[in-house]
Amino acid sequence: MISVAVQVSLNYGEHRIFDDFRLTLESGRLICLLGKSGSGKSTLLRFIAGLISPKITKGEAVASDDRPLSGRIAWMAQQDLLLPWLKVIDNVTVGSLLRGESSQRQRQSALSLLADLELEGVDQKFPHELSGGMRQRVALARTLIEDRPVNLLDEPFSGLDASTRYQLQDLACKMLANRTTLLVTHDPLEAVRMADSIYVLGGHPARVARPIDPPGKPPRSLSDSNANIAYAELMEQMNHPESVSDA
Amino acid sequence: MRKSLIILTGLIVIWQAIVLLTGAPSFIVPAPLEVAQALFVHSNLIALHASVTIVEIIAGLLLGCAIGIASAWLILEFRPVRDWFLPVLVASQALPVFAIAPVLMLWFGFGMGSKIAMATLIIYFPVTAALYDGLRNTDAGWIDMARIMGASKHTVLKYIRLPAALPSLGSGLRIAAAVAPIGAVVGEWVGSSSGLGYLMLHANARSQIDLMFAALIVLAVFAVLLYFGIDLLIRKTIFWQTETNFEAT
Repeated sequence: MISVAVQVSLNYGEHRIFDDFRLTLESGRLICLLGKSGSGKSTLLRFIAGLISPKITKGEAVASDDRPLSGRIAWMAQQDLLLPWLKVIDNVTVGSLLRGESSQRQRQSALSLLADLELEGVDQKFPHELSGGMRQRVALARTLIEDRPVNLLDEPFSGLDASTRYQLQDLACKMLANRTTLLVTHDPLEAVRMADSIYVLGGHPARVARPIDPPGKPPRSLSDSNANIAYAELMEQMNHPESVSDA
Repeated sequence: MRKSLIILTGLIVIWQAIVLLTGAPSFIVPAPLEVAQALFVHSNLIALHASVTIVEIIAGLLLGCAIGIASAWLILEFRPVRDWFLPVLVASQALPVFAIAPVLMLWFGFGMGSKIAMATLIIYFPVTAALYDGLRNTDAGWIDMARIMGASKHTVLKYIRLPAALPSLGSGLRIAAAVAPIGAVVGEWVGSSSGLGYLMLHANARSQIDLMFAALIVLAVFAVLLYFGIDLLIRKTIFWQTETNFEAT
């Protein structure tokens, strides 16, 4: 297992998004970056994934074993990004298709992953035959089958209805346990339910305050009073960033 | 099927009504029955010329699509090709086929060659433009995902860009199917010894207006069949796209 130290400055034109921003993804933990839309949280995720041109950034994301991060990241986005012309099973194993490897080898693990995500019997269907929640579960399977040391989740459940989201948060927590993960979200409830450690991102340029580590193991239940206290605290931080001391 | 029969009957009734109401003589607008008679009497002649035109159209369609698809890929893949080739591509479309027809006649001869060339030329542009557009407007999220997964340029084209461009290519093909007959018929008008265009021109010169209309109708029927055939093929291929129905939603 590896941890990842991120240090970055980033400008979009005149606009300074990050100024010597630092964050560490601790090994085997689910770190959550919570922020309003436009706070730069997705940009940070894209930076770690190596999707942002080095022309506008300074700094780097360094793995604890000093090997490059590229090829060791799995990614899940808000859109399910399923390819509508491929069957579910091929969508799950699309990583090996895209790398030009045989997807046959992954077939068995794909099927058992689908079963774990309560998606038995849909492997031969096409994405347009599935509901939104099912599609996002297929996307989760596609992320997990990559089996990478670092997992980046960009608002993975924000497009779903409340009850489906709740279910998927439980499933994702179970499947991502003990993997180095960064979850980006604008939903404090999601952060409280899923994260080991929560950073609130705010301000221009963006900064994070001291993290909040809600007690108990994720996925936390809403009936857990600690979860509710953490939720209130996060809400406060998001709405009044100036009152919070820096990390 | 029943609906199209009703529509067809309706159109014929309207046509007959116009002839009756305006009292136009049959050398201006022949009545449906006269045209049907001409169709029957000259069926061998029409079939002979129609087969020539149909071969020209199909050959032009196949060639135009093949060259169009190859060009779109070249323009996408190789920067210099784009810079040098795009102006030529646009110019080829800005010049009316009528203007180029005599030149094509000179180069490809009096026979089918020049007509196929003309149909190819007219089909080529919508196919190329549509596919090129489709290929470069791939959803950025898919490309990001592919990059993180370590995809190669080739596999991205094969599994993502190309299938994602199929709906655009489909639009181009529909336009191509609709305009393909123009190329062939214009070619036949400019100079030929066979084909529906040739038949129409000569029937007109001899005041055989009923024969001319019969030829026109055969051409129209073929064009419609071609369009709907290709439309059906496209919809079967792009099975994941469901049509949105405004009234139902």
